[in-house]
Amino acid sequence: MRVPASSERSDPSMAARDLRPMTITIQRSKGWASLGLRDIWEYRELLGYLVWREIQGAYRQTALGMSWLFLRPIVNMLILSLVFGRMIQVPSDNVPYPLFSLAGLLVWGFFSNGAMRGARSLVANMNVISKVYFPRLIIPIAGASSGLVDLGAAFCVFFVALLLYRMPLRVEMVWIPLFTLVALGCSLAIGLWLATLSVKYRDVEFAVVFLLQAMMYLSPVIYPVSIVPESIRWLYALNPMTGVIQGYRWALLGIEPAPGAEMVLAVVITLVGMIAGAYVFRRTERTVVDLL
Amino acid sequence: MVDPAVQVDRLSKRYRIGRSLVQGADQPRPLRWRASPFGQLASSFRAAGEDEILWALKEVSFEVNQGEVIGIIGRNGAGKSTLLKLLSRITEPTSGKALLHGRVGSLLEVGTGFHPELTGRENIYLSGAILGMHRSEVERKFDEIVAFAEVDRFLDTPVKRYSSGMYVRLAFAVAAHLETEILLMDEVLAVGDAAFQRKCLGKMGDVATQGRTVLFVSHNMVAVQNLCPRAIWIQDGQVAEMGGSREVVSHYLSTAAQTQMERVWPEPASAPGNEWVRVHRVGIRPEASAASQLLTMETPLALEVEFWNLIPGERLHAGWRVLTDDQIVVFSTAANDRDPQVGTNGLPAGLVRSVCHVPAGLLNEDIYRVMLLVFRNSTRVIFRMDDALTVDITDLGTRRGSRYVREPGVVRPLLDWETVVEGQPGFAD
Repeated sequence: MRVPASSERSDPSMAARDLRPMTITIQRSKGWASLGLRDIWEYRELLGYLVWREIQGAYRQTALGMSWLFLRPIVNMLILSLVFGRMIQVPSDNVPYPLFSLAGLLVWGFFSNGAMRGARSLVANMNVISKVYFPRLIIPIAGASSGLVDLGAAFCVFFVALLLYRMPLRVEMVWIPLFTLVALGCSLAIGLWLATLSVKYRDVEFAVVFLLQAMMYLSPVIYPVSIVPESIRWLYALNPMTGVIQGYRWALLGIEPAPGAEMVLAVVITLVGMIAGAYVFRRTERTVVDLL
Repeated sequence: MVDPAVQVDRLSKRYRIGRSLVQGADQPRPLRWRASPFGQLASSFRAAGEDEILWALKEVSFEVNQGEVIGIIGRNGAGKSTLLKLLSRITEPTSGKALLHGRVGSLLEVGTGFHPELTGRENIYLSGAILGMHRSEVERKFDEIVAFAEVDRFLDTPVKRYSSGMYVRLAFAVAAHLETEILLMDEVLAVGDAAFQRKCLGKMGDVATQGRTVLFVSHNMVAVQNLCPRAIWIQDGQVAEMGGSREVVSHYLSTAAQTQMERVWPEPASAPGNEWVRVHRVGIRPEASAASQLLTMETPLALEVEFWNLIPGERLHAGWRVLTDDQIVVFSTAANDRDPQVGTNGLPAGLVRSVCHVPAGLLNEDIYRVMLLVFRNSTRVIFRMDDALTVDITDLGTRRGSRYVREPGVVRPLLDWETVVEGQPGFAD
């Protein structure tokens, strides 16, 4: 399905819109259709509303409300520090373990929440999808992006912790948005694939929890990369989150090494996964309603 | 010259239905997923057998001119909703093509995308965006939407606290203020109270006069006849008839396919019943004196039952219970209501026929279910058949004051009135 001349809808004046009559052609699309990015741009406001709905809806009628956004990273950090920092004495590259783990948790939480929401988004929004048309890609994108708010809150916690440990702000922190983007792409890639699968197989609902748990142990969230044996580092780096977490620790805390080859690999894998995921998703989306 | 706004050319939609579903499939139901994951995995690679394919829509072609309001009628599962789903791009056709000239707004169900935790105000923006409206557009229409929905006092209340009426009003209001050239509507008027239904239909009338094209799917024949000059009747996925709505509606009604007006069991052995009684035939028809063969509010009806009495000398008699579609009993009646002697005399073994006469001007426009009862020894129910018959009573709108929408009420008796002008004191003589 293609919408040839629909790009002028953002024009606020009705008259201008009417001058451009558009024709929608409805027929079976063959092969790999385009990603319809223009259509998504058209509906960017909806993307904003959906992200906001995800966040707002989640915290309404909770006693702690938005405080949950701050509470979660704090509690996570405290537990990790107690268990892995104190009891198991996991090395943390000469940085206080709470800061070390929090830097990893920041981006890991963002990634895993996004991937989870993305994976569940299609089934969760079925009632809307089956009633009205809009570019379906918006749904997993909104799911994955809604974690940005959580990330912002977690960063506040991190900076407070930084202050408490009297650690300096670093110039390298300007790289954070880029690393965050890679993490977003990574969660979107996983979200897209799983959302596509979830339409046919509800097993995804359960599988996603295990998958993310396994990925967490295979990523340097609670331990440093330095304890991973050299011989399997290359395999380890195939997980894009390895590069991202390393990048975060380097930018925020100055833990060497600075991201290099791992980061490039992470970006490439993420891009491939995301674009392939988007195409697979688009292919399913045409008749997704029929599968329910 | 008028340009077509919607051109549909041999549009078809095929569904593959699960094998286990085939026997009882009254309605097109897409793939069902069974408990066994591997069976399901295997079946998705197997080519669909002939018996698994269901054409929800087959080679449907028609054109709708710009500014035209066209009704789409047909019984449940005929393919009306599939057609709207294809036109609103919710799913893709299997073959064929449709061209829509202009922006399309679809209203397939009210409240689409509402989030219960968000307030009315927030939901207006959200559902506007889902329907493809831009923020500026919603802002421009905001006051109008709120006024139409009559929810101004509750704008900042989460919609989960709304009454169902308020919820529906708000949802319809947002959609009705969409400014698209083409509007697709599916049965949204089946909800809400009568006053609001009227308001919605009025709004639809306005929409039509603004030169916008409307495709209106409905079971409400009165609304279709009044709002749509033309109608398309869809049956078994194909266009059965297209033309002036009065004609199409009356042809559609005369088939009365969605109801069960007569059932016959030829052999006592296989007929429903028990050791006392077996049912041979049940049926409802207009009385011989009725002018029309349609079952309308103004048609006197005859409810007939024929049953075999199996045990000579048993004292049996028949009864009926009429219920609404949602199981509210409208009335019960039995063959001995007027004459207590009926049912006290023993019957010979063999076929017994009873007819009950239901006067005109009693039932409302509605679907009624009719239950058959057989009594023994005057009072004891020995046999009962739920949904023995299903009747669709229609309103031809002949009664003065009847409007587009169904009047509420389980019955709609035609009563005698006397109205006398008494004059006011001081003005006499």
